[in-house]
Amino acid sequence: MKPILTAKNLTKSYAKGILALNKVSFTLDQGKVLVVMGPSGSGKSTLIRTINGLETFDKGELNVLGIKIRPDSDERKIQKVRRRVGMVFQQFNLFPHLSILENITLAPIQVQKRNKKEAEEYGINLLCQMGIESHAKKYPGQLSGGEQQRVAIARSLALQPELLLFDEPTSALDPERINEVLDAMRRLADQGMTMIVVTHEIKFAKEVSDQVLFIDSGKILEISSPEVFFSNASHERSRKFLNQIN
Amino acid sequence: MSKNKKIFFQILLVFAVLGFLGILINNLIINLTRTGIGFNFNWLTKPASFSLAEHPLPYSPSDSYAWALFMGWMNSLKVIISSLVLATCFGTLIGFLRVGKNSFFRVITAGYITVIRQTPLLIQLMCWYFVGFLGIRNNSFLNISNLLNISNKGIELFGLNLSSEFSALLFGLSIFSSAFIAEVIRGGIQSVPIGQWEAFRSLGISEKQGFIKIIIPQALPAFIPGLTSQYLNLAKNSTLAIAIGYADIYAINDTIINQTGRAVECFIILIFSFLILNLLITKVMGIIDKSIMKSRI
Repeated sequence: MKPILTAKNLTKSYAKGILALNKVSFTLDQGKVLVVMGPSGSGKSTLIRTINGLETFDKGELNVLGIKIRPDSDERKIQKVRRRVGMVFQQFNLFPHLSILENITLAPIQVQKRNKKEAEEYGINLLCQMGIESHAKKYPGQLSGGEQQRVAIARSLALQPELLLFDEPTSALDPERINEVLDAMRRLADQGMTMIVVTHEIKFAKEVSDQVLFIDSGKILEISSPEVFFSNASHERSRKFLNQIN
Repeated sequence: MSKNKKIFFQILLVFAVLGFLGILINNLIINLTRTGIGFNFNWLTKPASFSLAEHPLPYSPSDSYAWALFMGWMNSLKVIISSLVLATCFGTLIGFLRVGKNSFFRVITAGYITVIRQTPLLIQLMCWYFVGFLGIRNNSFLNISNLLNISNKGIELFGLNLSSEFSALLFGLSIFSSAFIAEVIRGGIQSVPIGQWEAFRSLGISEKQGFIKIIIPQALPAFIPGLTSQYLNLAKNSTLAIAIGYADIYAINDTIINQTGRAVECFIILIFSFLILNLLITKVMGIIDKSIMKSRI
């Protein structure tokens, strides 16, 4: 298995010397699912957002799909990464003034210069996979949260990414809407998609992930298989966290 | 308070207002009778007998007051519309730079907005007129091979002659309004959630494309109310033309009042002129607002 992502000593500090990321190092192999867990403010969102350049870092190095990103890397290099890495946000962040299908076809048309018809066909195909093809002509505001998040997943897939980032994808959803999104993510994992998922969904982490990364105060406290993490976490802080969310 | 009491106070209020209006109208009638000129608009057809430095259509002192007023309207409209266009273009540019990535432009535009917004328009107009245009020595400040010539006689652009009064007013109004419009634009852009920026960035869409396709369409509805109020202000502020001797509708009314003493009639004309113009601006902006709302369902 070749690593798709390597992080080496990623460090990011805020004012007053508070570390958002403290020498974060890990690798992720192709086709694997990494779940990132940690208390709020631990740096898990910062970590995932650093991978596609939504956050900068001060020290260390990232290798994403063979593209080396350093703190001084320019916008172009980061854009190269973004074209191959999809992202799904907690608040969906769909474009409210565009239809569902336009949300999905915008990047293929603008970035990959694909023709409209081809992009639309592929977009409909993605919506079918997410089970929401009947909403193609509607606007985001007309859909439920769970449907909007599935559109967001379809949108992140439109550029045929090699890595998908999920930043708490179910945290803003009604409880009865969570499973439809998790099921869609599960299917992607089954198809062999490489994914990094920040989530508090223990059941999903247990069943779908290959590795669980636990982070606190910007520092990785442990990376283990879900079997080990959820039954016999090595770190005191991880056990305390699991007790609290259980 | 009981229902009857409420009704009693309502009636009392109506009588108070009517009484106050009655006193005002009574005063007016008494004063008009005393001056012996009465209240009518017949004088409008008499010759104005004053000359105008600027008139978009042929005009001579032997033309009627009505025609002179019409020239004033034309002059007002000319400066309001051209300032409105210039202020919008300039203000939008400043607003974009104010929220842009370039920190040099961010600082410069912030300084520009601060200075312009914190000083009185009247002083700025005077400054443009006396320091900016009349202060130009050697008759020419900038001359680009017959295309553009800025001198103490005004601006000559593609053979189009703009007087120094008009130019100073155009500059003053445009620059003053542009600072406020820039803030309206900034507010509109910042009203778009940061998540929208992150969403297009995460899709590999460039800053420029994302700004045009994602941010601007969502900021547009937030621009309209602020822009409308700035346009209304601009139209009203144009009456400061009198300070630098530009023959706008107010300056001409002022001359007529001095000549004829028809203050009541002239102020009625003025109030209705601006009421109609600003209602028109509000209406047009309302139509634009509706069409934007419609396009996003």
